[in-house]
Amino acid sequence: MLELKDVTLHFERKTVLDGCCLRLNAGERIALMGPSGCGKTSLLRAALGLQIPDGGSAGCTFQSVAAVFQEPRLLPWRTAAENVNLVLSDKAETMPEALHWLDTLELSDAQALYPSEMSGGMQQRLSIARALASKPQLLVMDEPFKAMDDKLNERVVRTVAASIGGAALLLVTHSEAEARALACRVLRYENGKFL
Amino acid sequence: MSPAVRKLLRTPAVFAFWLLVWALAAAAVGQELLLPSPVQAARELIGLARMPDFWLTIGRSVLRVLTGILSAVCLGVGLAFLTHKSAVMNALFSPVMTLVKSTPVASFIILALVWLGRSVVPVFISALMVLPVVWANVSAGLKGVDPQLLELARVYRLPRGRVLRRITWPSVLPHLRAALRSALGLGWKAGIAAEVLTVPPYSIGKRIYEAKLYLETTELFAWTAAVILVSLLIEKLLLRLTDSFGRKDGTYA
Repeated sequence: MLELKDVTLHFERKTVLDGCCLRLNAGERIALMGPSGCGKTSLLRAALGLQIPDGGSAGCTFQSVAAVFQEPRLLPWRTAAENVNLVLSDKAETMPEALHWLDTLELSDAQALYPSEMSGGMQQRLSIARALASKPQLLVMDEPFKAMDDKLNERVVRTVAASIGGAALLLVTHSEAEARALACRVLRYENGKFL
Repeated sequence: MSPAVRKLLRTPAVFAFWLLVWALAAAAVGQELLLPSPVQAARELIGLARMPDFWLTIGRSVLRVLTGILSAVCLGVGLAFLTHKSAVMNALFSPVMTLVKSTPVASFIILALVWLGRSVVPVFISALMVLPVVWANVSAGLKGVDPQLLELARVYRLPRGRVLRRITWPSVLPHLRAALRSALGLGWKAGIAAEVLTVPPYSIGKRIYEAKLYLETTELFAWTAAVILVSLLIEKLLLRLTDSFGRKDGTYA
């Protein structure tokens, strides 16, 4: 379970989140929607334990967590396949599994490419493949489909929806369609809270 | 002439130019005792290379200096990790490194001669000269590790060893390579200087010292040429070794 209690966050002296509460149980899917700069990413960072909120608390009891950040965060010195395998065993024995996830995300031709040789959209799909490969109990995604064209976006959203299984999902998006396709309960930003 | 051919010919052309300057200067001086010609120095070097002592001397000197350099690399990398992790350690060791860098090498050689055996002094001096360079560069590399990748490792709960091997080490490796490039020459020269002052048996420094003592200027030039050649060879070998580590890790891909 992921629980954020009375979280307060300030951004450039402005209070963006004010006593925000959020509870995500196993298998539950939530999409956070709101204008840019309202603290969605900061809330995700607090949920991931990467940022201490200015007030309140964040606790996570999920055993395994994966994240797709706004930027792909790939190891520039590893190939696409090795980047995925990093979150598996990082050994040759799990490489077929890594290749399977590349194939699922339509990246089978890119397995030997380094991130610098890939487009922004490919890099983002690679980071999604890495997240799915780790088979997390909690998947946190921060605008993960934004670097893709409409058709690809649709296919990748479908792939993610089919692949996450029983994992809990916390998604930040500006797209109602993405939230719907991933069967998320939508929470909208209102007066410093997500309701 | 194509740019590739021009680039290929540039180094030999520059080398030939300075050899010519040396030859002209030697001809102008006209005394081998003061300035032997390149041909005389080369002939002397070939003559020396035919003697078994020559290779033993080169081998022992290389062994001493390489022992020093490799010890400094291990110690410098370890120390950099330690000072990166602990502010107290950093506060303790930073001034020591600055002190080592600013102190004249001759002072250390004399001190080491008092403290240590004469065969150990060149090892110690080479290590001492290389250590601050390796430490400073590896420290810079550690500071430069991408925090976003470290966050990623934290979220995915990657084991510490994997983070070290796949994120930290590849970030540090280019800095270590730069350190080796600048420190190798330094360590080698300091090690030979220490040998000149401590004259351990079977050492290039001892042979240079004796050449100076008996005014064998040509032999001095021949040994100096040997020092330069060995230095270039060691630099190439060690950098290739570092590169092979990098390639295994894809760092230089």
